[in-house]
Amino acid sequence: MITLYHYLVLSCILFAIGVAGVLLRRNILIVLMSLELVFNSVNISLAAFSHFLQSMAGKVFVVFTITVAAAEVAVGLAILVVIFRQKKTVYVEDLSEMRH
Amino acid sequence: MSIWLLLLIPLIATTTITLITRRHKDLSSYISIGAVVLCFIISIKPILYFLRNPHAEPLEQSFTWLNIPGLYVEIGTLLDPLSVLMLFIVTFVGSLIHIYSRGYMHGDPGYSRFFACLSLFIFAMLGIVLANNFIQMFIFWELVGLASYLLIGYYFEKPSAADAAKKAFLVNRVGDFGFILGIFVIFYATGTFNFLAIEKQIEAGNVGDWTLLLAALLIFCGVVGKSAQFPLHVWLPDAMEGPTPVSALIHAATMVAAGVYLLARTAFLYHAAPPEAAMVVAYIGGFTALLAATIALAQSDIKRVIAYSTLASLGYMVMAMGVGGVSAGMLYLTTHAFFKALLFLAAGSVIHALHTNDIWKMGGLYRKMKITGSTFGIGALAMIGVFPFSGFFAKDEILVATLASGNYVLFIGGIITAFLIAIFMSKLVFVTFFGEERYEGHPHESPPVMTVPLIILAFFAAVSGFVALPGLEPNFSTYIDGHVEGGEGGHFVAILSTLVVLAGILVAWLIYQRGFVRAEVIANHCHPLYRVLENRFYIDDFYDRVIVERIYNGIGRAFNFTEIHIIIGFFVNGSAFITREIGKALRLLTTGRLQEYALLMVGGVVILLFFFIFG
Amino acid sequence: MEGFPVLSAIILSPLIAVLILLFVREERVDLIRGIAVVSTSITLILSLYLLFAYDTTKGGFQFEERIEWVRSLGITYHLGVDGISIAMVVLTAFVIFTGVFVSWVGITHRIKEHYIFLLLLVAGVFGVFTSLDLLFFYLFYELAVIPMYPLIGIWGSANRQYATMKLTLYLSFGAVFALLGILSIYFTAGQITGKYTFDLLEINKVIFPSRLYQIVVFLPLLFGFGVLTPVAPFHSWSPIGHAAAPSAVSMLHAGVLMKLGAYGIIRIAMWLLPEGAQFWMPVVAILCLINIFYGGLVAMTRKDMKFMIGYSSSSHMGYVLLGMASLNYVSMNGAVLLMFAHGIMTALAFALIGFVYDQAHTRMTYDFSGLAHRMPFIAVAFAVMGFASAGLPGLANFVSELLIFVGSFKVYPLQAVVAVFGIIVTATYMLRAIRNVFFCELMEEWKHLKDATTFVERLPYVVLIAVLLIVGFYPSILVDVINTGVVPLIDKINGVTQVAGG
Repeated sequence: MITLYHYLVLSCILFAIGVAGVLLRRNILIVLMSLELVFNSVNISLAAFSHFLQSMAGKVFVVFTITVAAAEVAVGLAILVVIFRQKKTVYVEDLSEMRH
Repeated sequence: MSIWLLLLIPLIATTTITLITRRHKDLSSYISIGAVVLCFIISIKPILYFLRNPHAEPLEQSFTWLNIPGLYVEIGTLLDPLSVLMLFIVTFVGSLIHIYSRGYMHGDPGYSRFFACLSLFIFAMLGIVLANNFIQMFIFWELVGLASYLLIGYYFEKPSAADAAKKAFLVNRVGDFGFILGIFVIFYATGTFNFLAIEKQIEAGNVGDWTLLLAALLIFCGVVGKSAQFPLHVWLPDAMEGPTPVSALIHAATMVAAGVYLLARTAFLYHAAPPEAAMVVAYIGGFTALLAATIALAQSDIKRVIAYSTLASLGYMVMAMGVGGVSAGMLYLTTHAFFKALLFLAAGSVIHALHTNDIWKMGGLYRKMKITGSTFGIGALAMIGVFPFSGFFAKDEILVATLASGNYVLFIGGIITAFLIAIFMSKLVFVTFFGEERYEGHPHESPPVMTVPLIILAFFAAVSGFVALPGLEPNFSTYIDGHVEGGEGGHFVAILSTLVVLAGILVAWLIYQRGFVRAEVIANHCHPLYRVLENRFYIDDFYDRVIVERIYNGIGRAFNFTEIHIIIGFFVNGSAFITREIGKALRLLTTGRLQEYALLMVGGVVILLFFFIFG
Repeated sequence: MEGFPVLSAIILSPLIAVLILLFVREERVDLIRGIAVVSTSITLILSLYLLFAYDTTKGGFQFEERIEWVRSLGITYHLGVDGISIAMVVLTAFVIFTGVFVSWVGITHRIKEHYIFLLLLVAGVFGVFTSLDLLFFYLFYELAVIPMYPLIGIWGSANRQYATMKLTLYLSFGAVFALLGILSIYFTAGQITGKYTFDLLEINKVIFPSRLYQIVVFLPLLFGFGVLTPVAPFHSWSPIGHAAAPSAVSMLHAGVLMKLGAYGIIRIAMWLLPEGAQFWMPVVAILCLINIFYGGLVAMTRKDMKFMIGYSSSSHMGYVLLGMASLNYVSMNGAVLLMFAHGIMTALAFALIGFVYDQAHTRMTYDFSGLAHRMPFIAVAFAVMGFASAGLPGLANFVSELLIFVGSFKVYPLQAVVAVFGIIVTATYMLRAIRNVFFCELMEEWKHLKDATTFVERLPYVVLIAVLLIVGFYPSILVDVINTGVVPLIDKINGVTQVAGG
């Protein structure tokens, strides 16, 4: 029997992997992918709660989040492409213009 | 209604010249002259009225200028024997000097500007004369100051003229500082600015002694400024930088006499105030007269000598007011207006011919300029006070009044002053018009437009003293005061002063005409004293170098230092500096590395979580 | 004109001009100037209409307009003017009208943007002077302050970055405190009546029971608006702001913007918190001495004419503060009239200095000599300005200073004496400047300077001088109107004493 806890543990693990990926990877593409992992971990917990609490609100939110995340990825990747064209690099430590 | 025209006509004249006719020189001068002559004609009617009824009630008219709860200010006219007398002097002498100016200022590039300023002056001066309340008096008091500033600085391309104008205005401002405060004191004691109403309140005893004393002394500050009494006398000799007709009209005949007029106008105040107030007035006047007469001995600029003689005259008048001789002071004011205007205009005629002010570059001019020379002589005799010229009567009345008041120190000072005046005035005549010819060029007599006013003034300078003859009804003092003033010791004083001035003339004649003692010898002999006199007792230097430069500007510089280095430098820029430094420290957190930001964020989330779960 | 929303029209006229300007091409310079002239002329005519149509026998707030804005928060778009605000509206209308002409001559690049910011600013100022709703008051206040930043930053002269940053920071800092006070009044009044409203007239009816409350809340308002006034020692943004700004902006800055602060103190702090006013005004009476005496003497040492006028402005605002602090009819009338007169006079000063600076590229008095030979018109106008500043009778400043002196002499004799002495100081630096710049021989290097000759060049000076003279000769034209606003205000403040003291 798969209980709520199983889903939540899965969500936690995915979240941890995602955060670790965001914090540790140098390639900005991978960072973005890790960010998606974080999103989806939240989606999983939302869907799980929704299922077990017999409420539609959670599922609505999941669909909502996925839509927004898609839009966000689209914008993020577009920015990434522009940055790559300018800088010829995808490594985050080379992108430190914000420091000034 | 016609009284208001006295104010309106000169005002319209000055605005018309300024705005419309300034490019047409002749037209401008005619407008200005026409305005003042018209004023003279208008003022004949009230003059005749008060001559016939010297004891008539004052005529007052006014309209509201400003009315708010707690303050009512009117603009009005007050006609009484006193103001009508001044009206006559201002418009009559003013007319003559306007006419004279047409000749004197001929060909000057600022011709229209000159006449616009003259009309402005007449407007302001008539405003003072007619004022029925203190605020109006102050308003026009300041406006004559403006006219005086503009006319002293008429030759503004000369630095000395520009400085003199500035000095005159600022020194007057110092006096007016006290004047306006005095007005406030009176206002809060009586609740009104109106002269007659204040007089009633004071007579009713509604005002305390200390208040009266304070008000009297503060108002006297205004007189000290405008009538150039010690210690604010320094502006008047410098004011000679203006064109000569201006010196005659403003800085001798009328404006500087406004202070004396103010004292006469507010005589009730000095009567009611504790006697100390009048004592201060009398001693300041007497001291100014003596001081000025002493300084005049060592001056060699013709206009400056006459300027110092004006100071001495003003001192006499103020002293007369202080010892209670209002009609004596006003008599001197009247005769002085004639003979001093005459002296200046005659001096102007000389300057016009020679283009120099230095008396040692003149001499023997009488042969070339008979009219100027003889009228100047009459003026000088009147100034010295030789019987039967007008100055004799006026000076005599003042000395009598001083003696009658029991101020023997002042009386002796007055006699010494008369002696000194006799010396330097006769010196002026001898050195300028007689003796060897030291001038360059070919001087000739001035045109009739200048000499006719001289002759008319000379006539009045000679005979106007007779209005004070005892037994004449109404004579001058009954006209002003309504009663005859004390004649105690009248003959004694008349004989004494005549002897003294004759001695003075004799001394001058011996030194400057006969060369009995060479002037240079005296100068060398009393070298230090002579230097002190030549430098005007170093009073001007003291003001310039110590009061203005060290104290006034010094405080300014100290404040400026505070402003730049403490307020802005330390506090304002200091707080900006601290903010910037904090910003610099915090900037170390922003490394620009994406993942460090993310790490901080995650750390924050963890801490928040910690609080939510365990807090 | 019955029923026509005059006040809205005054505020909207510059705003509509801004909208139109946005669609005008940058190169069409004359059209841009024409639009600015037309819109400011409309405001001038309308505000003069206000002055003459105002019913002095009735008094109170007239020409009211009220539109519900946010009902739940009690925000209404509520306009109305009393005697005090009419004087300020007329002042603003004159200053911006002449300012447009001064910019016509003085501004040569980015003309369109300059006028847009100028008109935005002035719409905000009109809004402040006519709003009877605290939130709109604040909104317009910020609208008036913010355009200063680009105006000085872009078109300013030496040291403009420093000046504009300092000015904006100071004013925003002050505004925050003012907002605090306004919000506190809003909430407390709401608690007392149970009906939350920003409407000034409604709040005015509320009697704040606690004296302590009034005293505490008065302080942030006094500080917030005081920084703008400027009350010493928070004045240092102002002279440098004047100095760095272009002419028209200096005119608005010194002529109008500083009056916003004093107006805020009168309209909000003193009016709504009378006991607070009773408590704090003696402190203001002491601080104003620093303004008058210190400001005046610093002005005396300055050789840069704009700095001189800048410090002189803070010195003269000291007189306004003294008039306010004395809390009686006469002095308060004087304070409001001086706000008007000083606004006109200082606008004239900056316009003139700007005119000389644009040609000579220096403002130092010691660089000049004998300019009266080349520019007699400007010299005369400058002398009029200087004498107005020094309180010469016949010009508006004299009347207002007289009222302030008379009113304050009884309450604060010491301050009144210092204030009268301050007039001598003013006369000193004005006459020194006139002597050094315009008198004496003309220097060779200034032979090329030109006088103001054309209509456009002369118009602003003529208009401003005419206003000074008209008010100086016939002060009742303004004082009668101002007085209707002053009397209820002073009655309210002093009425409180009688209740509390009796």
